[in-house]
Amino acid sequence: MSEPILSLREVYADIDQYHILHGVDLDVPAGELTVLLGRNGAGKSTTLRTIMGLTTLTKGQVRFQGRDIGGTATPAIARGGIAFVPENMGIFGQLTVRENMVLAAVSGAMDEQRLNWIFEVFPPLKKFWNRAAGNLSGGQKQMLAIARAVIEPRELLLVDEPTKGLAPAIINDLADAFEQLKQQRVSILLVEQNFNFSRRLGQSVAVMSDGHIVHRGTMAELAEDEDLQHELLGLGLGAHQ
Amino acid sequence: MSAPQDVFDADTGNRSWWEKLRAFRQDKPHLFLLLIMVVIPLFLMPSSTWAVLTLSGLAMGAMLFLMASGMTLTFGLMNVLNLAHGSFISLGAFAGATVLTMWLNDYTSGSLWVNLVAVVPALLFALVVAGLLGVLFERLVIRPVYGDHLKQILVTVGGSIIVMELLQVIWGSNEIPVPRPEALRGALLISDAIPIIGGIALEKYRLLAVILGLGVYALMLWVIDRTRLGILIRAGVENREMVEVHGYRIRLLFLAVFVAGSALAGIGGAMWAMYREIITAHMGEELMISVIVVIILGGLGSVRGCFYGAVLVGLINLYVGYLEPRLAAVATVGLMVAVLMWRPQGLIPVIKV
Ligand SMILES: Nc1ncnc2c1ncn2[C@@H]1O[C@H](COP(=O)(O)OP(=O)(O)O)[C@@H](O)[C@H]1O
Ligand SMILES: [Mg+2]
Repeated sequence: MSEPILSLREVYADIDQYHILHGVDLDVPAGELTVLLGRNGAGKSTTLRTIMGLTTLTKGQVRFQGRDIGGTATPAIARGGIAFVPENMGIFGQLTVRENMVLAAVSGAMDEQRLNWIFEVFPPLKKFWNRAAGNLSGGQKQMLAIARAVIEPRELLLVDEPTKGLAPAIINDLADAFEQLKQQRVSILLVEQNFNFSRRLGQSVAVMSDGHIVHRGTMAELAEDEDLQHELLGLGLGAHQ
Repeated sequence: MSAPQDVFDADTGNRSWWEKLRAFRQDKPHLFLLLIMVVIPLFLMPSSTWAVLTLSGLAMGAMLFLMASGMTLTFGLMNVLNLAHGSFISLGAFAGATVLTMWLNDYTSGSLWVNLVAVVPALLFALVVAGLLGVLFERLVIRPVYGDHLKQILVTVGGSIIVMELLQVIWGSNEIPVPRPEALRGALLISDAIPIIGGIALEKYRLLAVILGLGVYALMLWVIDRTRLGILIRAGVENREMVEVHGYRIRLLFLAVFVAGSALAGIGGAMWAMYREIITAHMGEELMISVIVVIILGGLGSVRGCFYGAVLVGLINLYVGYLEPRLAAVATVGLMVAVLMWRPQGLIPVIKV
């Protein structure tokens, strides 16, 4: 494992009066894809939102490229090079696909080369370029959400359950897209429930339960060990046929 | 559902225009309503009266649009209920009237042009002063109460009272007459060349109001539809959090929109002052009822809806005011209630996440 680009130390976070995260310790190695696993309600989404500054951190440290970004405002965190694709994708449905992308290209103009690459990976975005994003299918919305995150070079991508509710063929397209991002050595923290998908892409892995990390290691190791999967994720034997 | 549809498709003749009308009513409720609003009075009054009332209604609509557009944007984008909006209207009226009075006193004998040109500095001054008040207001009054409607109502009503008291301290508590530039008095006479309507007299000032209103509307649509700032505003109306996730500071966007809205209220107030030729510190407060009807009618947060809402309110005010003066105010509110029963979100709803 290389130097972590992002590391969380003893991170606590509350939503209203509820304590949601209690002492999250997490490292995301630079240039790798790290998968964050865990059952529903374990606190995975809250962890990503806390990194983005959307949920306030009550205690602990979030270090990104060596700087402490705990308590920094969301726009500043974003401009520092972290892109976030939330669980509900956060598409602007009233805007066209193009307008969504224009907004995502914070520096002003969109880079022609990157855009062409995005069109290659996600052809529907080219086809529906001037349509309202709200009319896209679920899979196409997810493509747009990821395209927004990568229209400019970023240091780190946070992606929350991109395969949720999508058909297998589209999940495959998404996996291809992530493969290409991995080849470009983009650092990625991916929250995922779909174990097949995460096993295919993940290099390192962390497992959450009840607001903290209960396992850390390589994906290869977890993929081998069915007992461990069962223990950590409640995956039945043969659940990953 | 699909079977009877097929049967209908078989006999085309009758169906097509009826279906088209229904589709029109469904897709373009604002134009549909506008059409009805304009056509029905044509049967109830002489056509030349109708033409004059229509122009007057459009003029009133244009001014209401100027006054209301800022409020609908602040509500749509920031979810802020600024009940002090009326005091921005009053401030604009006083600021504009002051410049106008000074200018016209200096150039009493001036040419028609010097006269007409006085409108420009008056409107600009109203815009700047109301915009500056907007900056102060956003910082001091609105900022501490983001996200809490009840507090917003209390605080902005309080702020409104303070501004109105200050207006009275500066300009006195009496009504102030506002001179209208000579060039904008009177009417353009159009001889009976027009078919059906015949000869009419179009009041110049109302023409100016309509032109200015349309100009501002066009400019706002251009900004909102075609510029990056507009994309950001629309995105912010839909989902503030995601705007921040993309690296934009929504607070700055709020401030910009709030100030623009305040400045527009100022222009609207100055226009209204020249129209009525008399102003009081409370004029804005009185106009707020119409302003609120306009933005609810149009769909909270929608600039297009606000424009059509304003035009509809302006028209119904003048038509009904002519037919049965006592019912003008009732008709305005009745229009809003009827529209809300038909479309609870207003004519052009803004969809939020
Ligand atoms: N807005 C909220 N209000 C109250 N509780 C919340 C809220 N959002 C999340 N939670 C709670 O926080 C816990 C973690 O949620 P989340 O981070 O979404 O989990 P995950 O993404 O792992 O499914 C859950 O128990 C959930 O019920
Ligand atoms: Mg989640």
